[in-house]
Amino acid sequence: MTHEAARLRFKSWICAAIVILSNVAGNFFLKSGMPASLPTPLDYITVLFRPTVALGVLLLILWMASRMALLSWADLSYVLPVTSVGYVLVALAGRVLLHEEITARRWTGIALIMTGVALVSGATAPQTSPRPKPLPEVAGAGR
Amino acid sequence: MKWVLIAAIVAATSAGEILQAMGMRQHGEIRDFRPGAIRRAVALLARNWMVGASVVAMAISFFAYLGLLTLTELSFAVPATAVTYVLETVLAKYILKERVSAVRWAGAVLVICGVALVSL
Repeated sequence: MTHEAARLRFKSWICAAIVILSNVAGNFFLKSGMPASLPTPLDYITVLFRPTVALGVLLLILWMASRMALLSWADLSYVLPVTSVGYVLVALAGRVLLHEEITARRWTGIALIMTGVALVSGATAPQTSPRPKPLPEVAGAGR
Repeated sequence: MKWVLIAAIVAATSAGEILQAMGMRQHGEIRDFRPGAIRRAVALLARNWMVGASVVAMAISFFAYLGLLTLTELSFAVPATAVTYVLETVLAKYILKERVSAVRWAGAVLVICGVALVSL
């Protein structure tokens, strides 16, 4: 593996970890602060001012930003499977925090996800598609 | 109603993520994570129409998902919306011209089956 390929792979793993953790935590707070029903359109706005919902939304903004950064160099077909480790974390968090039992079916699902993620993140390069040259004004910025 | 919401979520998420990937790819690799550089990148990205359109599509998807969560449990909402994984991987191959190798397909299929098993 060339130095450049190793650099992109390591950078992708770090960024994917941020994407995964912010998504799991964000969805947890969003769901825990959500009322049973949102009867009027205005309720969709006012619910955003509940503290737990607001924290969830902030974490989901971090999720979106880190995911966009990851997509600036990595394939979408790499990002999608790799970031699905989040489903495994949700299941394990349910067991540790809420003492939910993990059934045999869910353990099978966890094993399938981890195998798939290991295949995609370990055996395929994050970037396979031809990249256009950056726009001239972009080339100088952010270096 | 819930199937209408799921259809809207799948369509809006897929369109939004393909547009986002195209826009971010056009911007090029983000290498500098200092606050000033991130501000400049955000200012540049805000003027990228594909990124703008992706934000609109994902906002539609987000509010449709909030609505879905009031109708159903996560254990239904998550696997139902995981259909987007299949659709987006196909679109990534044909629209984004990514080389989806046999290994990557195998990994993606394992993940999709695993997500369904974990959340059903």
